[in-house]
Amino acid sequence: MRDVAVVAFAQSPHVRRIRDRNEVEMVMPVLHQVKESVGIDQTGIDFTCSGSTDYLAGAAFSFVMSLDGVGAWPPISESHVEMDGAWALYEAWVKIQTGAADTALVFGYGRSSPGSLRDVLSRQLDPYYVAPLWPDAVGLAALQARACIDAGITTPAEMAGIAARSRRSAADNPFAQLQGSDDPDVLLKEPEIASPLRRHDCPPITDGAAAMILAADDRARALTDHPVWIRGIDHRIEAHALGVRDLTDSPSTRIAAERAGAGPGTASVDIAELHAPFTHQEALLRTVLGLGDATSINPSGGALAANAMMAAGLVRIGEAAQRIAAGEGRRAVAHATSGPCLQQNLVCVLEGEA
Amino acid sequence: MTDLVLPEGVREALADVEPVRGIRTPARLDYTFTAGTATSRFLRGIRNKQILGQRCPVCHKVYVPPRGSCPTDGVPTTEQVELPHTGVVTTFCVVNVQFYGQVMEVPYVCATVLLDGADLGLFGLVQEIPFDKVRMGLRVEAVWVDDDELTTDLASIRYWRPTGEPDAAYETYREHV
Repeated sequence: MRDVAVVAFAQSPHVRRIRDRNEVEMVMPVLHQVKESVGIDQTGIDFTCSGSTDYLAGAAFSFVMSLDGVGAWPPISESHVEMDGAWALYEAWVKIQTGAADTALVFGYGRSSPGSLRDVLSRQLDPYYVAPLWPDAVGLAALQARACIDAGITTPAEMAGIAARSRRSAADNPFAQLQGSDDPDVLLKEPEIASPLRRHDCPPITDGAAAMILAADDRARALTDHPVWIRGIDHRIEAHALGVRDLTDSPSTRIAAERAGAGPGTASVDIAELHAPFTHQEALLRTVLGLGDATSINPSGGALAANAMMAAGLVRIGEAAQRIAAGEGRRAVAHATSGPCLQQNLVCVLEGEA
Repeated sequence: MTDLVLPEGVREALADVEPVRGIRTPARLDYTFTAGTATSRFLRGIRNKQILGQRCPVCHKVYVPPRGSCPTDGVPTTEQVELPHTGVVTTFCVVNVQFYGQVMEVPYVCATVLLDGADLGLFGLVQEIPFDKVRMGLRVEAVWVDDDELTTDLASIRYWRPTGEPDAAYETYREHV
């Protein structure tokens, strides 16, 4: 296996709605920023991979237009996943492992605001039996939250605590959308919007983008004094049909973590950036990953503070990498999710230079 | 039908039942479209009978309609350029087929018109000339809708018509075909 490192990361401010710029205009600044931070232009990038979905903007092939911000001439080696940018990172990592590339530009972006997001997301469900019923994304998360509470995984009070801690942590994150929170006991007096979820249990609707540069071995060391090495990465998916899944467990996260070298019984984790858009999902992921009090969970504020669809997973990896690069910890676990109720999960283990 | 393994008697019981060959699951999603800074400026220009492009600071190409970036260099196109309403047909097609929703009488001509000073062709109709006389290199000018019908829509240019000038030499637009 080749050693592959995160050598640069940039993200846009995450906001409720970008009113003036189109997708290219939104993505281009982070693409420039990430390349400039390591002093290379597109000719120094061997492979480019992006993650987004046209369903968010409601414009067919809008992902192709975002390449207008890359600098794709002379023709570049490029790919796209209809997924979070974290999976674009995975593809880039594989590409580097094959030896076909030494450097990769990865980006993910999403305008979650143009449509009714909770309805747009229902289009990813089984098209015959489930999608025609239009179950909305918050409602499905509520089904899982109820199951997790009944199974003793979490409580409404713990969920309110997760919401408050996340948005207070986000006060130190200049890119976050929601910063600061009332105390948990105040939050718990709010009405339920999709029982048992209250507003604070749900992520904001966010427009935003993120970009990252990966590099292998000595190329990484040449580009930065603080490469953050991907020590393990894996992703797993569960069944499409919600009814056959145990929503109080996350076997895909568990197996991905085992394969990535994380999870219960492995070396201690200083920082965990978990892509848990809903509060109960953080509790579930922490349980599955065996994370205890020694680990700083979502110091960025996590997806509860900014949840740009198709970018928030990549942002978790970028946030964790930046903290390792800054010496805030030795070992981090970053996690990304996709699909309803944590259907698909990616786990990445990051470490600084030994 | 494939050889599904069914419990005994089921195939016989279903013999006269019409198989399900499809289902209808209507879906409608409404979106608020954001044209972006560059395209919004272009569309507002069209409403004022102006054609506004942008120049790339690296390769100096002029894009119209602009989308805010140079697709070749991947940089913001910040210099604004107003373009004339004349250009050259770089390529065209004669439409002979009626299709659903069509409002034009066939045959008619669709063309790519490269405005003088631009590096990207605009798509439009060519009229006031028999369809079989349209050709590459034909010099054309914009015919706009009446002023009170101008709006933020490229349809504000009704069509392009010949200017009567001599045809442009192929060399002058070959890069844009």
